[in-house]
Amino acid sequence: MSKSTGIGASVKRVEDYRFLTGRGRYTDDMTRPGQCHAYIVRSPHAHARILSIDTAATLAAPGVLTVLTGADMVADNIGSLPCGWLIHSRDGTPMKEPKHLPIAADKVRHVGDQVAVVIAETLQQAKDAAELLDIDYEELPAVVSPGSVETAGTAVHDEAPDNVCYDWIWGDKDKTDAAFAQAAHVTTLDLVNTRLVPNAMEPRAAVGEYDPGMDEYTLTTTSQNPQLIRLLLCGFTMGLPEHKVRVVAPDVGGGFGSKIYHYAEEVIVVYAARRLKRPVKWTAERSESFLSDAHGRDHLTHVELAMDPDGLFLGMRVKTTANMGAYLSTFSSCIPTILYATLLSGQYKTPAIHAEVKAVFTNTVPVDAYRGAGRPEACYLIERIVDVAARELGIDRAELRRRNFIPPEMMPYDTPVGLQYDSGNFARNLEDALALIDYDGFPARRAESATRGKRRGIGFASYIEACGIAPSNVAGALGARAGLYDSAEVRFHPTGSVSVMVGVHSHGQGHETTFAQIVSERLGVPMEKIEIVHGDSAKTPFGMGTYGSRSLAVGGMAMMKAIDKVIAKSKKIAAHLLEASAEDIEQDGGVFRVAGTDRSVDIAAIAGAAYVPHNYPLDELEPGLDEQAFYDPKNFTFPNGTQICEVEVDPETGVVKIVRFAAVDDFGRVINPMIVEGQVHGGLVQGIGQALLEHAIYDEDSGQLLTGSFMDYAMPRADDVPDFEVKTNEVLCTTNALGVKGCGEAGTIGGAACVMNAVCDALDIGHMDMPASPERVWRVLRDSRPAMAAE
Amino acid sequence: MDISGSYDIPASRATVWAAINDPEVLKACIPGCDEMTADGDSGFSAKVTAKIGPVKATFSGAVRLEDVQAPASYTITGEGKGGAAGFAKGQAKVQLEELDAGTTRLTYSVDAQVGGKLAQVGSRLIQGAAKKYADDFFSTLVARLSDPAAGAEPSPPADTASSPEEAAPAHAAAPSHSTAPAVAAAGGTHWAVYAAGLLVIAAAAYLLLR
Repeated sequence: MSKSTGIGASVKRVEDYRFLTGRGRYTDDMTRPGQCHAYIVRSPHAHARILSIDTAATLAAPGVLTVLTGADMVADNIGSLPCGWLIHSRDGTPMKEPKHLPIAADKVRHVGDQVAVVIAETLQQAKDAAELLDIDYEELPAVVSPGSVETAGTAVHDEAPDNVCYDWIWGDKDKTDAAFAQAAHVTTLDLVNTRLVPNAMEPRAAVGEYDPGMDEYTLTTTSQNPQLIRLLLCGFTMGLPEHKVRVVAPDVGGGFGSKIYHYAEEVIVVYAARRLKRPVKWTAERSESFLSDAHGRDHLTHVELAMDPDGLFLGMRVKTTANMGAYLSTFSSCIPTILYATLLSGQYKTPAIHAEVKAVFTNTVPVDAYRGAGRPEACYLIERIVDVAARELGIDRAELRRRNFIPPEMMPYDTPVGLQYDSGNFARNLEDALALIDYDGFPARRAESATRGKRRGIGFASYIEACGIAPSNVAGALGARAGLYDSAEVRFHPTGSVSVMVGVHSHGQGHETTFAQIVSERLGVPMEKIEIVHGDSAKTPFGMGTYGSRSLAVGGMAMMKAIDKVIAKSKKIAAHLLEASAEDIEQDGGVFRVAGTDRSVDIAAIAGAAYVPHNYPLDELEPGLDEQAFYDPKNFTFPNGTQICEVEVDPETGVVKIVRFAAVDDFGRVINPMIVEGQVHGGLVQGIGQALLEHAIYDEDSGQLLTGSFMDYAMPRADDVPDFEVKTNEVLCTTNALGVKGCGEAGTIGGAACVMNAVCDALDIGHMDMPASPERVWRVLRDSRPAMAAE
Repeated sequence: MDISGSYDIPASRATVWAAINDPEVLKACIPGCDEMTADGDSGFSAKVTAKIGPVKATFSGAVRLEDVQAPASYTITGEGKGGAAGFAKGQAKVQLEELDAGTTRLTYSVDAQVGGKLAQVGSRLIQGAAKKYADDFFSTLVARLSDPAAGAEPSPPADTASSPEEAAPAHAAAPSHSTAPAVAAAGGTHWAVYAAGLLVIAAAAYLLLR
């Protein structure tokens, strides 16, 4: 029987009441007394020198309070938006790290770059006045394609004349070369991991406030990690003391990575609020989001896989060019390196791997983490080349995977790319997924499709990801400029309810439910007496926020540590109340009992005694029941699984329809199966979106974003996705006490690879690049039938 | 992007040439044309407000005439800035061909590049919308030329104060092969460019503002 509460129960999300009844509190809902509005004027050019900005007409327009330019901010010592991870090139030199000013001061470097800010009493006045701004640009040639930056003849930044940010290597080259020298077969593949626009449902927004009396600042922003934003705002861009700055990220409508970063607009509203001594609000329009939210992916890759005569993998070589866009976004540099090359072993015991990653600047929107962040790119190339290899060797694709899987008995397993997998049963996930999708029945289904003139294909993705980036000291040695721990405070109130302040942030994940389930089970407090507080630097301890499926594995563990401290103290209080020794107290949820007796006290009474310490061991214990903990993990966690997709292609139209989809995932311990299933669904839809629909395209010459709205950038809709059959196999993580691995990105890690493997199978081809849109599929079919094409 | 089209106008080539060189005629045919100023002998600048739905954008444009073969053809190079809406720039080739004494075929082809919001939102649909805008422009022009009261006859010089003085004679009479018409053409054609350039800009504006 399934549980109705606590760990493992599909408890309905407590936050949904306010979301579904329109009572969520989003940044744009905030209206402050005296609030004025910022409208950001953005560059229409991909690359241009700003010759002059004439603000006179704008300043004279009705309602206009001020116009701010890059020069104003430079004059006031507003700093550059920082990059949080330092990568070194193979020659030992640090990456090129050009300035990223919140408002461009000399040159604009991508369409959408901030050029000026008009602030007026109303948004409409600001927009009207912005029309009057006369900006004189000298257009410069644009670098657009990441594949040709070095010969482009123009530099995005003077600091990087060849447009190369870093040229990084990973793995053992000699060992890999030796593996290739003895290979019986080598499969090679060139592929593009397309650029994506994240498109969270809620566009970014920010409200800056300044209290001149107290010299205090408040920034309300659509962020996944308000504490980190405060750190960067205070330490880098604004240069403010942290105790004078509060950063609040209230309800946030989706992030998918794009709301991790410290964005220019956050600096702009705080800076403007100080200048005007009035609250300043900015909210992105959707088309502005396309030009100012960090994009995702955008890799060009050449990969080679060396095998022995039985198809056992001997070695892999990867050469990737990663597009950074025009500036280094907060975590951009670590995505195609630390979160990508370290995952190139996948689920396979490939003994030697070598990767070369060149990160380049182009006149495009900055690229950073997008759901999965580096790991979907790694999974895509691994799972694609495994399929191509199976095709070339004539080995069944499931069988080739089986032969190469790292077996459970080899755990913990040290990969040749620097990770230690703690646990996982990869073969079982595959077998379970094969059973879910009825792999044996596929030939019959394919034949049936053929009778209707359709081409059916099946594809696999056996993915692994590394979540909960840690430990801090290892990450620091790899270039991280921040800690990667998290924090929680469990505040047990005098009358028995509990507030838990966490350093992670929920923007769709359902933390207010899952975290409360853990508290409820561990402390025996009913769900309705527990509140999870997040997203306000004035309320929560310092934490790193939510990204990389880390919240439970890192933030949840910090909360567990704080709960353990509460329990330890409660045992001492119980021992006093029950006149026993603390060592003799047994705890079961909210009941503290003297072992072997019926004498017990519940936690509400313990809390009462702690806050009204009339009968209390004051000599030994402080009053109160309020504990805080920080947790720095020992290792990454490694969610893994197999996704299988079946597609049907209409050769007349090129339309790909996903007809079946099965996913078997090992997320370690599952706290709330319903929420986990929802996370899997959402991730898969984003993977499917990349495979079939989404593609951010820039004009190669002008650097204009051609897919800048939902008219041209196709987001997946309900009728683009099938019913998902999902299952979880719990193999507990051995490196954290909860045994959890993380589930937020899994669907996206394997989703695109899985769908493209099915499409290529249906088309009977080795490879085609994403997206498998009807037109592209139709062209592939036409080109693969030369006789018909010639007609 | 390339946009081209042609229209058969029920008027003589000289009449059409004069009409499309007459700022007043063009101003009347281009919706939202607020202002026009000559920039020397072979260029013009103008301001056009496109207002579609709740949003409006003012485009300032400057164009230059090249290769003027009055009354047969010219090439126009221009650029329009639409503030937050972005920009459009490009070339338009306009040709007048005499089909018979009373019918002239106007052929235009625009090679344009748009930037900013115009490109971001409108690049895929701009062609169709520009075509529609061109149709509207030419149907107004044709209506004007077909209705003598509305001004098949060129405007008197006094009404073209913003045009270069040299241009006035060209408006007063059907152009002959003197130098004056060429200059006049330069002045006026720019408005035909607007017929083309504006088509692009306004169509794009239409797309993104609606």
